[in-house]
Amino acid sequence: MIRVNGEQVPWREGMTIRDLLEERNFTFPMIAVWVDGTPHRREEFASVWIPDGADVQAIHMISGG
Amino acid sequence: MDKFPMNLLAEWNYHRAPLHRGYTRKYLVVDLGKGDGQYSHTIHDIDGDMIDTFTGGRGFGLRILWDSVNPQSRWDSPENALVISGGPICGITQYPGTGKTYTVFLSPLTEQTYNSNAGGYFGPYLKASGFDALAVTGKCPEDVVVSIDGDEGKIRIYAAPTDERNAYDVTEALHGHFAKNEDDKTSISAVTAGRAAEHSWWGALNVSFYDPRRKVARLKQAGRGGGGTVLRDKGILALVVRKSGFTGTENDPADLATLQKVGTKLHREIRNNDDTQCIMRTTGTTHLNKIMNDYDILPVNNFKFGRSEAIGAITPEEYKKLFTQGYADGCWYGCSMACAKTVDGFVLRTGPDKGKKVTVDGPEYETAASLGPNVGIFDPLWTIETNYYADHYALDTISLGTGLAFVCECYELGLLTKEHTNGLDLRFGAGDQIMELIHRMMDGRDDFALAVGKGIRKMKDIFAERYGADRAVMERIGMEGQGLEVSQYRCQESVAQWGGYFLTLKGPQHDEAWVIFMDMVNKQIPTFEDKAEALFYFPNFRLWFSLVGVCKLPWNDVEPSDNRLRYKGIEAAKVPEHVQNYLDIYEAVTGKPLSREGMILQSERVYNYERIFNYRMGKGTRKEHNIPDRALGPVFPDEWNVRKEYFEKKLEEAGINGEGLSVEEKISRLQAHRRGEWEKLVDAVYARRGWDSNGVPTRKTVERLGLDSPEVLELLEPYWRSGERA
Repeated sequence: MIRVNGEQVPWREGMTIRDLLEERNFTFPMIAVWVDGTPHRREEFASVWIPDGADVQAIHMISGG
Repeated sequence: MDKFPMNLLAEWNYHRAPLHRGYTRKYLVVDLGKGDGQYSHTIHDIDGDMIDTFTGGRGFGLRILWDSVNPQSRWDSPENALVISGGPICGITQYPGTGKTYTVFLSPLTEQTYNSNAGGYFGPYLKASGFDALAVTGKCPEDVVVSIDGDEGKIRIYAAPTDERNAYDVTEALHGHFAKNEDDKTSISAVTAGRAAEHSWWGALNVSFYDPRRKVARLKQAGRGGGGTVLRDKGILALVVRKSGFTGTENDPADLATLQKVGTKLHREIRNNDDTQCIMRTTGTTHLNKIMNDYDILPVNNFKFGRSEAIGAITPEEYKKLFTQGYADGCWYGCSMACAKTVDGFVLRTGPDKGKKVTVDGPEYETAASLGPNVGIFDPLWTIETNYYADHYALDTISLGTGLAFVCECYELGLLTKEHTNGLDLRFGAGDQIMELIHRMMDGRDDFALAVGKGIRKMKDIFAERYGADRAVMERIGMEGQGLEVSQYRCQESVAQWGGYFLTLKGPQHDEAWVIFMDMVNKQIPTFEDKAEALFYFPNFRLWFSLVGVCKLPWNDVEPSDNRLRYKGIEAAKVPEHVQNYLDIYEAVTGKPLSREGMILQSERVYNYERIFNYRMGKGTRKEHNIPDRALGPVFPDEWNVRKEYFEKKLEEAGINGEGLSVEEKISRLQAHRRGEWEKLVDAVYARRGWDSNGVPTRKTVERLGLDSPEVLELLEPYWRSGERA
């Protein structure tokens, strides 16, 4: 399991940031992702693997409608 | 060419005060008399104290309105003032989104102060014509056009008898009348309404600018709150300002080089990032349609559901095909965000202009959702047509959509029948029937169309009294607060956004706070204190835009590439580099340095002043901060069942054992739990804002903000002493 924004989420071998965002249906483009406190650029989303037990923050930047 | 006669009734010369550091330090009051044709005007000084306390824009509007009305005044009282003001930054051209016009008035819907804003050229041209604000009071016996000629230094009032009172017709005619030639049409801006505003309380104000490429007058709406209704009630066909030769240095800024430097930085950021961020330049705010659907926030069928399988028909890609591409479509000079999208060559299929080929301004997200999924329709062409007619007739598209959604649900529940609707079959998705109702609202054709146009709060009264409709059900599903219809975000699953909508000054609009992602998805504000902090900061930060005359969109619909790496958590959501841009351009225009804390303080003064103002008008206490059940959670089993697993989990998280309970009982328990959460939220937010538990600013807050003027103390002292309204 990993934690995503504080919630328990199933983990699987080889899971990348992009996989996670797709599974959570996090489609908003202005999203910032930290894995265990490390920020990652959008260009890295498809290549960064998320380790089991990781604490992931997927922060949607919008704060205005 | 004139489309209607313009007969001069009054004319005055004035000395055009020069703009210096963003201010003219003058405001104009035009009084239209008491229906007796006695027209007059006065020009007032704006002193340093007024600038220090109220900054400009909406702040000036509230201050001027306070002086004009008394506690017994209502929206249709002659003394109600329609105040229009830009603000000190309004009218610069170096930074995107700096041409906003702010309007302030007593609202027919909420019976208290309202403020609404639009693009277009009126605010900048008004300043360049010598006035930081224009207030119009009184009522005239015939339709008039009030014009301010900044070139000649003349204020004129014309009688303008015409049957063509809808916005595009009037605006086109006025640009033609006041311009010396085709090129000069860009020197004109008009504020108009439309025929629906003569019957409906959803009357919008249309603010124009002339588009020389398309050779049409374009309209931007200060739609909310019924400003157009106030305009027409006064007998005003239009307010017009004329100023030719406008330049990028009209404000006489203190530091032009900084304006250019900061502006260039944001232009570059938009150019580099927009295509991978919010695609504002190609789709405007309709980029939100699919995102809101993905996160269960899109209002479908009167906010019952948050998504639909039919979303494919209204995606940004579909709208992009309809919007004209390749033009930098801003609503003020220098805005490279260019989100003022149009549909050109659109052939109308219904109504009085059927068959006519028109340019439609929009739709933007709010209209695409309200006159779309919220009434069960997923057809962009229908939405574009309703957008055109809503603007033309002067109906606020947000209230119109939410109001029609309420009507559709009442109809489907059997609270209304064809007998009541005069034959209309107003189910969700019944596009032709809903369109017909909109046309009937234009001329107030029957009692039902008139009732709908009065807004949800009044509809509940009328439907109950006239048709015997179940009031308790309507109270649960009617998406309004303080008399204003909710804008197009489904807030059920975000406790903080309950406050973002329903703990506001003027009702559930989205210009105070949009904290749904921060709360519901990011889980960044888990405690009531966290939520209260967000509901302190964001409403105050965002209010600042209305003081200085800028648009919210360039703040957070684009962000620096490294924003998410340099800043974390809520700080990143504030987009600190853009906040700094605003501080820089404020100082570059006014010559006065401003800190982040100082910015919030400027806003907090006006926020609390408006709250006190509403207390003065008999509102402004806790009992006005109501929230309907539909905003808190599911009301009927179909809403529960569509997300059954999710709601079962929410019940469990609330510590409620759902075993053996019917769906109706589960809904009831969840609603009761959430209403308890709501009360906790209210307490936390009031405490953070420096208000007492009744929602009234405390003596300490009033003194801290320097609002302890004799008139405010006279109003609040009795309450502070007794805890009750005097």
